[in-house]
Amino acid sequence: MTPGDADVVIGTGEAVVFWVLGPVALAGALGMVLSRNAVHSALWLVNTMLALGVFYVVQSAPFLGAVQIIVYTGAIMILFLFVLMLVGRDSSDSVVETLRGQRVAATVLGLGFAGLVGAGIARATEDLPVAGLGDAQAEGNIPAIAELLFTRYLLAFEVTSALLITAAVGAMVLAHIEREPGSRQTQKELSRARFLTSDRPQTLPGPGVYARANSVAAPALLPDGRTLDETVATGVEPQEVQQMPRPTGREQLGSPDAALGTLDPAPADSGEQR
Amino acid sequence: MTISYYLVLAAILFTIGAVGVLVRRNAIVVFMCVELMLNSVNLTLVTFARATGTVDGQIMAFFVMVVAAAEVVVGLAIIMSIYRTRRSASVDDANLLKY
Amino acid sequence: MGTVPAEGLLAASWLLIALPLAGAAVLLLGGRRTDRWGHLLGTATVVAAFVLAVACTVQLAGTDGRSADVELFTFISAGDLDVTAGLLYDPLSAVFALLITGVGSLIHVYSIGYMAHDPARRRFFAYLNLFVAAMLLLVLGNSYVALYVGWEGVGLASYLLIAFWYTRPAAATAAKKAFIMNRVGDVGLAIAIFIMFAQLGTTSYAGVHGTVGTLAGGTITAIGLLLLLGACGKSGQFPLQAWLPDAMEGPTPVSALIHAATMVTAGVYLIARSAPIYDLTPTARAVVLAVGALTLLVGAIAGCAYDDIKKVLAYSTVSQIGYMFLAVGLGPAGYVAGLAHLLAHGFFKAGLFLGAGSVMHAMDDSVDMRRFGGLWRKLPVTFATFGLGYLALIGFPFLSGYFTKDAIIEAALDRDDVWGWVLGGVAVLGAGLTAFYMTRLMLMTFFGRARWEDGLHPHESPTVMTAPMVVLAVGSVFSGALLVSVVPLSGWLEPVFGEPEEAAHVVAPALVGLVVTVVMLLGVLAAWLFVGRREVPVTAPVRVSPVTRAARNALYADAVNESLFMRPGQWLTRALVWFDNRGVDGAVNGLAAGLGGSSSRLGRAQTGFVRTYALGMLGGAVMVAGALLAVTAG
Repeated sequence: MTPGDADVVIGTGEAVVFWVLGPVALAGALGMVLSRNAVHSALWLVNTMLALGVFYVVQSAPFLGAVQIIVYTGAIMILFLFVLMLVGRDSSDSVVETLRGQRVAATVLGLGFAGLVGAGIARATEDLPVAGLGDAQAEGNIPAIAELLFTRYLLAFEVTSALLITAAVGAMVLAHIEREPGSRQTQKELSRARFLTSDRPQTLPGPGVYARANSVAAPALLPDGRTLDETVATGVEPQEVQQMPRPTGREQLGSPDAALGTLDPAPADSGEQR
Repeated sequence: MTISYYLVLAAILFTIGAVGVLVRRNAIVVFMCVELMLNSVNLTLVTFARATGTVDGQIMAFFVMVVAAAEVVVGLAIIMSIYRTRRSASVDDANLLKY
Repeated sequence: MGTVPAEGLLAASWLLIALPLAGAAVLLLGGRRTDRWGHLLGTATVVAAFVLAVACTVQLAGTDGRSADVELFTFISAGDLDVTAGLLYDPLSAVFALLITGVGSLIHVYSIGYMAHDPARRRFFAYLNLFVAAMLLLVLGNSYVALYVGWEGVGLASYLLIAFWYTRPAAATAAKKAFIMNRVGDVGLAIAIFIMFAQLGTTSYAGVHGTVGTLAGGTITAIGLLLLLGACGKSGQFPLQAWLPDAMEGPTPVSALIHAATMVTAGVYLIARSAPIYDLTPTARAVVLAVGALTLLVGAIAGCAYDDIKKVLAYSTVSQIGYMFLAVGLGPAGYVAGLAHLLAHGFFKAGLFLGAGSVMHAMDDSVDMRRFGGLWRKLPVTFATFGLGYLALIGFPFLSGYFTKDAIIEAALDRDDVWGWVLGGVAVLGAGLTAFYMTRLMLMTFFGRARWEDGLHPHESPTVMTAPMVVLAVGSVFSGALLVSVVPLSGWLEPVFGEPEEAAHVVAPALVGLVVTVVMLLGVLAAWLFVGRREVPVTAPVRVSPVTRAARNALYADAVNESLFMRPGQWLTRALVWFDNRGVDGAVNGLAAGLGGSSSRLGRAQTGFVRTYALGMLGGAVMVAGALLAVTAG
């Protein structure tokens, strides 16, 4: 399709793009709604947004397409993912519906809405002539947008900036946790408290440390050989990991490699060597 | 193929977003569904801008994006503060506003 | 006769009302601080009012036209209704003012002694003062509205005083009965005043009496009958007589002042005052006659059977007021006779009640005559004064009752038709019955063997009580002769009722006097035969003739009232209550319950789940889209 074409029918190349990316966008939308994991939902949504960005580019709006990909897919979705990380998983991710009839009603109404609006739009616009943007943005898409944005829509643009500032301040206010003045503890106090209240002044070792395995499911070993279950991440089932027997005597500790021993189970050997 | 295909696709995406709002309980996912609805509207705007031969539709879509960004920032902050007090991001748990 | 603006003392006649009213106010508002001197203040205000009334009357006698109008202030000014509060001091109201303040003063003095041991004596005097003020307003007012205010005032005072010992259930019940039966009459009076205003546009005596002739005959008759209804209620006339005997539950001075001498004669005053109206409606006047004659007999018959000394006197009052109604119903010929009897009755009946009070005082508040007997020796002063009152009441020759009652009988006979003879006969028969029951009372109380309860030591009352009795006894003896011969009441009242007609004298007055005296003596003889000759049983005999039983039940007046009015009224009330509960309340409550139920059911839709609300929004959007499509496609 050439710019300025007032034809109703759209060119074949664009049709191919549409028929490829349209289903991708639809699949992304459905996947977002249907996937159980919120992170997966976010990824599905990224999928759809990327497809839409391509649609913008195809429809003579390359600037918007870029903004879609950079701002939406890049910034906003990352924000979503950040919040997801902060909030973590909870029961709201369950797919069991708690409101009776909600799912059925939503589906029926959604089908009805899509049918009515889709049919109505299709009927109303199937013969709509496409003026095309060739004349409107003869000097390019960005100059055309800039011209309108800084002339006719200047006021709206400025108000939008005010909105963004307000949103930023609002988010800060909402996310801010007010502490009692003076309740902030110094490093010294924190350290003292740690030594007084806990039997472990240092930080927890990572999982798998000193263990004869490096899986996150393997708890760390304490110097005395006990396992430390707190080191295993929440949500991960601690697992019994097959471990090397510990060397028991100084005579056995030869080179570091020897001290590590082999994976061959030889508890009986150690007895004989003694 | 005509531009009405884009519009019908936008309508379907919008509906999927709306249904998602209705069936998902995780506030963040609900938010994503809202974003999907906004995006589908943007697609409509861009399509109509092309059909009418004016750039105004694209400007509108641009503003929608800006507003959506602001909305996301504030909305997520609200979700965060709700989560802090209620230890839940489920929209069903905030159900005190009733008879 | 012309009414002139009041001058001099007459202009201050409002003080007559203000003085007792101020006394009542001070006593009621002053509380316990006035306990020590309250009775003296109460008595002083009434005595002062009496002095003022005498002075006013003397001045009135010298005034041109003997009628003075005292304009006070505008009472009601609403649209066409313009009621000026004013007093009319004319011979008729002067007579009543003198009676009320005079007898009232004596009874106040008497009450000082009678109520000496009652802790609530101050309240008693406050109510008595209130009564005197209201009664004076009733008789001195220059319009029917003023009369109505006083009318209700005396009703209130009567209610308060009957229920003075309100801890006694009988007293409380009697007060309610009196109040309610008075209401029945008051409604009649009120409607009569409404009609006057609606038809004539005025309620003042002068205005109404001047223009009443322009009304249709039926309207005048209606006014007359309604006024009569009011009079019947207040005066205890048939068919509203039943409250008066029960009102004897009040202290005896109250019975003497309110329920014998003054308030119950308000009906007579009303009919006499409304003479110009009754002159125009023979029908209403005939009804007055019938009521009077019937009440006269009913009261006398009931009086024959009761053993309660105060109730006998109460029925006697009913009967005597029947005489007065009979007299004022006779028209111009009877007004003066009726009022003369009213005045004389005020004296002797008040005296009799005070005497009864003295007897009760001596007998530890007992009223059962079967427990009396032989008291003449113990209570000589009471016996003497009571005896004089008794003789005056039964019409012993040349005592007051003789003159006034004969005058009524003569006036009845002077009608010179069949009804004249019937009414005269009824009046003569009533005189015989009066002699019978009063003689029975005298015999059972003062003569015969002493039948007192053990441990009673009757003693004469203190001087403060006996002195008023003596004064009233003297009045009982001489007032009749005074009013008929020496200072003719007919001449004094001439400005009100016009020139007294020359009596036709169908029957010679001497003959009438003779017949009445003979009938009276027959009554006395019968009483002696039935009561005096034999021992009086301490308890009333149970096996008695139906006539006696009927008389004991006051001719079943209460039973008739109950079955005719109370029972249907209760049924109606119950039906209305049922309808109100089920019908009106049911509809309203049902509506409210329906709304409440449906709202709480609708409230369930408010689950609090945002997603439910969002579902509603989507549903609405679907509907809007469908509607848009339907519109554009259609």
